[in-house]
Amino acid sequence: MRLDRLPLRQPSRIASIDWAGLAPRDARRLRELGFDDGVAIEALHHGTLKGPLACRVGRMIVALRRAVAAAVTVEPA
Amino acid sequence: MVALVGNPNAGKSALFNALTGARQKVGNYPGVTVERKVGRMALDDGRPLELVDLPGTYSLDPQSPDEQVTRDVLFGRQAGERTPSALVVVIDATNLDNHLRFVLQLVALGLPTIVALNMIDMATRDGLEIDTVRLAAELGVPVVPTVAVRKRGLQELRAALDRAVSGGGKAVFASEPKDITALQREARRIAAAVTTSRAPASAWTQRLDRVALHPVIGPILLASLMFVMFQAVFSWSKMPVEWLGSLQAGLANMAVETLPDGFVRSLLVDGVINGVGSVIAYLPQILILFFFILMLEASGYMVRAAFLMDRLMAGVGLSGRAFIPLLSSFACAIPGIMATRTIDDQRDRLTTILIAPLMTCSARLPVYAMVIGAFIPPKRVLPGVGLQGLVLFCLYLAGIAGAMGAAMVLRRTVARGGGGGFLLEMPKYQMPVWRDVAIGLWQRAYLFMRRAGTVILSVTIGLWLLTSYPQAPAGSGLKQSEYSIAGHIASLLEPVVRPVGFNHDMALAIIPTMAAREVAVSSLQTIYSIDAGDDEKVGQEKLAQRLHNAWSLPTALAFLAWFVFAPQCLSTIAVIRRETNGWRWPAFTLAYLFSLAWIAAGITFWTATALGL
Repeated sequence: MRLDRLPLRQPSRIASIDWAGLAPRDARRLRELGFDDGVAIEALHHGTLKGPLACRVGRMIVALRRAVAAAVTVEPA
Repeated sequence: MVALVGNPNAGKSALFNALTGARQKVGNYPGVTVERKVGRMALDDGRPLELVDLPGTYSLDPQSPDEQVTRDVLFGRQAGERTPSALVVVIDATNLDNHLRFVLQLVALGLPTIVALNMIDMATRDGLEIDTVRLAAELGVPVVPTVAVRKRGLQELRAALDRAVSGGGKAVFASEPKDITALQREARRIAAAVTTSRAPASAWTQRLDRVALHPVIGPILLASLMFVMFQAVFSWSKMPVEWLGSLQAGLANMAVETLPDGFVRSLLVDGVINGVGSVIAYLPQILILFFFILMLEASGYMVRAAFLMDRLMAGVGLSGRAFIPLLSSFACAIPGIMATRTIDDQRDRLTTILIAPLMTCSARLPVYAMVIGAFIPPKRVLPGVGLQGLVLFCLYLAGIAGAMGAAMVLRRTVARGGGGGFLLEMPKYQMPVWRDVAIGLWQRAYLFMRRAGTVILSVTIGLWLLTSYPQAPAGSGLKQSEYSIAGHIASLLEPVVRPVGFNHDMALAIIPTMAAREVAVSSLQTIYSIDAGDDEKVGQEKLAQRLHNAWSLPTALAFLAWFVFAPQCLSTIAVIRRETNGWRWPAFTLAYLFSLAWIAAGITFWTATALGL
């Protein structure tokens, strides 16, 4: 399932990330924020009107736009 | 020199403040808008040590100016900075997975390094136990647990620093940084090995976020906070602004009494005291606004506000980060532009700086009030809605619409490209520390005052010279404002502004108004020979009458439209110069906003004339 469609508060894990489909800048920042295969992830909040989403990655909360979240594939933990 | 490095949100600045106290200097690195913070501290044996607070970054990849500077300083390649003799890497104990990656990158540089395991109290509260001995062994460098905001662990940190700088380890620059992903996996392995967790991550923050980021409650909460902030900016600043005003008047009177009439006295009173005074009058508002911004920033709420506003800002190609600076600009563009430093994307930041002067700042209000009072009848258009208020509201809307339009165009032209995305860490909520807020406020005040003392002072003196010389012969009946150089410039300016409905008097009034918008009121009073002896209220009423006789309604509306766009504020231009490091962008701002002002005034004038108003 894609991260932007993941229901809230459902403990999951990153299955894969489409690095090639991301802008280099976004890809680099995602890596710096700890996005990697196998990392625990959970969607926490959705911004109104297709706004950004906040998710817990490891022990950190990260805000990202849906377009970027769409590149992250998750699976149930 | 010892460099303090770390990820954003690690509490690096708090540690810097705790170690150096108020013994800090803030400046810029040459050629870039990256803040250089240097402080002095003493080791336990009294030896002084220079501490540099490097910008918070996630890695050493030179993608942003911040990272470029951090990297250059660490490699000893930054102009005006010595190679550090040791590093203090500040990391958040509750977020080892991530912060350790940067530590691994830094340790690989081979400089003597100490890890400050900060916010150890938060880790304990979150149910995390960290084996610092094991961590030090894994990293191969000393690890000191600290709580910067409570000044805990500083003693041990100083002792470790003493050993590090005395050891005199020579820097051996290791290989270029390894691949981020490999380092990240190594960091996660170490974090898992040294941490014992007994509870889920930051339960408190998650509970607060359920309210603060709620799709309905969140925006309402944000709107209420902003409302309180604006109320405070205007109501709390009232008294101090009055004090500053009477101090200014007192100084001017003193100068008038002690000095003989002539060039020096006029320069001092009209040029220096009143000129700089009119700029310093903004200081209380700036400080109050920054108090709120620093509190929002320190508590962790600022990023939440950006989260809530991101969707709206994305519509014009900006990110949620631009929201607070733009909102602040409704009070005054100066703190608004200074607040853009929180936007990490340079193109987003530039766009925000360029459109900030379009937000209707408080200095426009006296001008709007004067013209509206003179020309718009106080009648009702709807129950509870007066025509005057409606016009004022439209002027605010025109500013916002202009800013949004300008942002869209700028993002596609001069500020094209860049990330423009919104991808960031949401820090945990924290109680702001008074010491850090106070130091932040002092630094803002200092930066602003230094501006007032240099650029603004010289330009106000220049304007004063233009309007005071040559002097009209006494008893000739000629108006000083017409006779001066400014009067001649106004004659040159007149053909330019004539098509948009401005007369000679208005051309003359907008010259001294370059200093600050509200000067328009006093300069029009001078031009229309209002007796200065009248008190303010009587003066205003008289002026309204004179304006009503001298201007047509289309002219008055054109004048209002002009003020929505015209960048008539020296302080703003000076701050843009400071924040963009050169004259290119302030010059661009002047050009594009004056063009917009002319076009807006023109369209207003022509439409109003065609409608027969």
